[in-house]
Amino acid sequence: MARYLPLIFKNCWRNRRRTVLTIVSIAVSMCLLGVMVALYHAFYLSDPAPDQALRLVVRSRVSLTVAIPRSYQQRIQQIPGVREVMIYSWFGGTYKDNRDAKNQFARFSVEPEKLFVVYGELTIPEDQKKAFIQDRTACVVGRDTANTHNFHVGDRINLTGDIYPGNFEFTIRGIFDSPRASDVMFINKEYVDQTLPERRRGLTGMFDVLIDKPENSTRIAEAVDNTFRNSPTETKTESEQAFTVGFLSLLGNVKMFLMAISGAVMFTILLVSANTMAMSVRERVREVGVLKTLGFAPGAILGMILGEACLISAAGGFAGYLISMLLMAFVAKSPFGGFLPTLRLVEPSVAATCILTAATIGVMSSLVPALSASRIPIVQALRSTD
Amino acid sequence: MAIPLAYNLRNLVVRKTTTLMTALGIALTVAVLLAILALVNGLRTTLSTSGDPLHVLVLRKGSDSELVSLFARAQFQDMKFKPGIGTGRDGQPLASLEMITVINLGNVDNPNGVNVTVRGLMPAGIEMRHGVHLASGRWFDPGRRELVVGRSVAKRFPDAQVGKKLHFGRGDWDIVGVLDANRGAQDSEIWGDVNQIVADYQRVDTASSVMIEATDPVTAAALVNDLNNDRRLGVAAMSEKEYYDLQTRQAVPIEFTGIFVALIMAIGSSFAAMNTMYAAVSRRAREIGTLRVLGFSRFSILVSFFVESVLLSALGGLLGCLLVLPLNGLTTAIGNSNFAELAFDFHLSPQIMAAGIAFAIVLGVLGGVFPARNASRKEILTALREV
Repeated sequence: MARYLPLIFKNCWRNRRRTVLTIVSIAVSMCLLGVMVALYHAFYLSDPAPDQALRLVVRSRVSLTVAIPRSYQQRIQQIPGVREVMIYSWFGGTYKDNRDAKNQFARFSVEPEKLFVVYGELTIPEDQKKAFIQDRTACVVGRDTANTHNFHVGDRINLTGDIYPGNFEFTIRGIFDSPRASDVMFINKEYVDQTLPERRRGLTGMFDVLIDKPENSTRIAEAVDNTFRNSPTETKTESEQAFTVGFLSLLGNVKMFLMAISGAVMFTILLVSANTMAMSVRERVREVGVLKTLGFAPGAILGMILGEACLISAAGGFAGYLISMLLMAFVAKSPFGGFLPTLRLVEPSVAATCILTAATIGVMSSLVPALSASRIPIVQALRSTD
Repeated sequence: MAIPLAYNLRNLVVRKTTTLMTALGIALTVAVLLAILALVNGLRTTLSTSGDPLHVLVLRKGSDSELVSLFARAQFQDMKFKPGIGTGRDGQPLASLEMITVINLGNVDNPNGVNVTVRGLMPAGIEMRHGVHLASGRWFDPGRRELVVGRSVAKRFPDAQVGKKLHFGRGDWDIVGVLDANRGAQDSEIWGDVNQIVADYQRVDTASSVMIEATDPVTAAALVNDLNNDRRLGVAAMSEKEYYDLQTRQAVPIEFTGIFVALIMAIGSSFAAMNTMYAAVSRRAREIGTLRVLGFSRFSILVSFFVESVLLSALGGLLGCLLVLPLNGLTTAIGNSNFAELAFDFHLSPQIMAAGIAFAIVLGVLGGVFPARNASRKEILTALREV
C-alpha cells in the first residue's frame, strides 16, 4: 500500500482548486463539530479540575431560591472529610443599569476569611486579602470584572439590592486572578446582614464545602443530605461541576442542542465529501481503464481512491480541529466562560474525534464510486468519454 | 440574447445525484438556521401573548424579576385603593397580592428535576387574567391546600396531574385542576392560594409582587407613574406587557449562537456549491464552446451559469423548509427570569421560511459567481478542444 502513496498524493493534487475547496468546506464544518465535542466533553465527560473536585455545593432541595438555615454549618463541619464550610449566597442586585449585559457580573456574599481557603486556586496579594477580611464594606473583584469596568483597588461600587433590599456601597480592597473566567465580585456577608430583619439573618442561599479528597465527594454529599433528611429544609448536595451543569440546563436542553447540531454538521460533511469524490472518480474512469491495462488489481484501485478521499477529509478534519481550538479559546474568554468547567484547549480526544470522524466520513462517502470504478470492465472504462 | 432557463433546468435534472447532494447540503444549513429562528420566534410569541396592557405589575424597587421581589402586606393595603384600579365582580378592587416561588419537579428528560414556578394569588388575580381559563377540573378553593397546574406543566411532568399530590413547603398539596393560558407563560406555572403558600414559606407578612388591573390603557399608564412616584411605597411598577417584553432579551444569546452556527455551516455548503458548479463548468467546456459559436455572448453564459447555481440553492432552501416543517408546534422549554422553566412551541412563520430561502439563494450566489465567471472567460477554440 505504501508504494501507492506518491500516486495518491499526486491524485489529490491534480485538481487543486477542488481539493482546496473540499478541505476548506470540511474544515469549516469540522471546526463546529470540534467546538461541540469540546463543550460536550467539558460538561459531561471531563474530570473536574483538581480545585473544583474538592468543592461541594449544598443548597435547598426544593430549589436554588429557597434559603437554608446557617445553623447547618456546624453540623456539616462535623462530617468526617469536611475541611471547611463557607456561607455562600447569591447577592444579585443591580449595578448601574441591568440592560447592559456587562453590568451583570456575578455577585456573592461570603465569609471573607474563608473565601481564599475554599477557593484555593484564586490568587491575591496578601495585603489585599487582609484588607478584605478587616473591612466590613470591602469587596474583591475578579481580574475580568476589573478589566471590563476599569476598576482599581480603592474604587467604590454602588449596588441597589433586590433580594437584599437597600443601597450598598462597597470599597474594592483587592483584585484576584483565577485560572478560569473571573467576572465575579465577592462581598462580606456581615455587611449584608446588618441591613436585614432579624428573621432573615440566620439564613444562607448555599454552603460551599471544601473536602479533603476528591474520591470522598459522593460519600460526603450523601452524608450531608442524610443529616437533614426529613427536616423542614432538606438539602441537595452536589459537586461544583454538577452544580454548574445543572445551572446551565436552565438555558434549555443543552445536551440535545449539542447533539442535533453535531448531527447536522456531520451529515453535511458526508454530503460534501461524497459529492466531491463522486465527481472526481467520474472524471477519471478512462484513467482507471489505463491503470487496469497496466496490471493494477481492482483492490489496489479501490484502495487508492479510498486513500485519496480519506487523506483529503482527514486534512480537512485536522484543519477544522485547529480552527476549533481558536474558537474555544474565544469561548473560554467570553462571559459565558464563567459557566464552563475548566476547558483544556489541547484535548487529545477532541482532536481524535475530529480527524477520525472526518476520515471515516471520507471513506464512507467514496465507497460507492470507488467500488464501481474498481469493478468496471477495462474496455468500457477506456471507451468512456465523460 | 439570453440562454433559455430550460437549459439550466435540464442540466440540473441530468446530473440529479450531484444536484440532490449539493441541494441537501444547503438544505441542512438552512434547516439549522430555520430551527433556531423558529425557536426564538416561538419564545417571543409566548412572551408577547402573556402580558395584558391593562395589567400593572408592581415589584419592589430594584427588582427586575418577580422572584427576587419582596412586598409587604402593609404596602398592598395602601396601594389597593389608588384611583384607576378596576372593580371586580365582588365589588373589591382588581388587585392581587402574589407570591412566586419555584419547586423542583422531575420528568423523563430531567430525572434530577427542573424548576417550575409556583404562583400564589388572590381570587381577584384569577378574575383579572382574562386569557386564562380552566381546561379541566376546578379552581383551587381559597383557604385549602389545593393547586391548579398549567397546561404545559401537566403535559411535561407526570407528577403534576389532577388527583395527584405535590410535596413542597410543609406538606402535600392536592392538584384539582388544569388551566389553559392559550400558550401564554402562565401555562408553565402552578397556581394556588397566596395565603396558604406564604404560610408554608413562613413569609406571612411579605409576598413577591402585586398585579392590578386598570380600567383603561390611559389609566394604566397614569397608574404606573403614580406608583413609581409614590416615595412612601418604594415600588417599581410597569405594565405586564413591558415586563414580558423585557424578558425576550434572553432569546438573544440563543439567536446569536444559532446564527453563528448557521453562518459557519453556510461557508461549508457554499464551498460545496462552488465545487459542484466548477465541475459543471469543466464538464461542459465543449458545450460552452458550442454555445459561443452559436452566437451567445460571454455575458449570457455568465448569467446562465449564475442562474443555475441560484436555482440549485433555491432548491436546497425549499428542501430545508420541508426538513424543519415537522418541528413546527413542537414544545420545548427554557429557563425564565424566575429561574424556572418556561414552555413554548416552535413557531415557523412564512417570514422565517422566506428568510431561509433568501439565505439559501445568497449561498448560491456566493458559490456561483466564480465558476460562472470562469465559464464565461473560456476561449472558443480551447473550450471546443477540451475533453
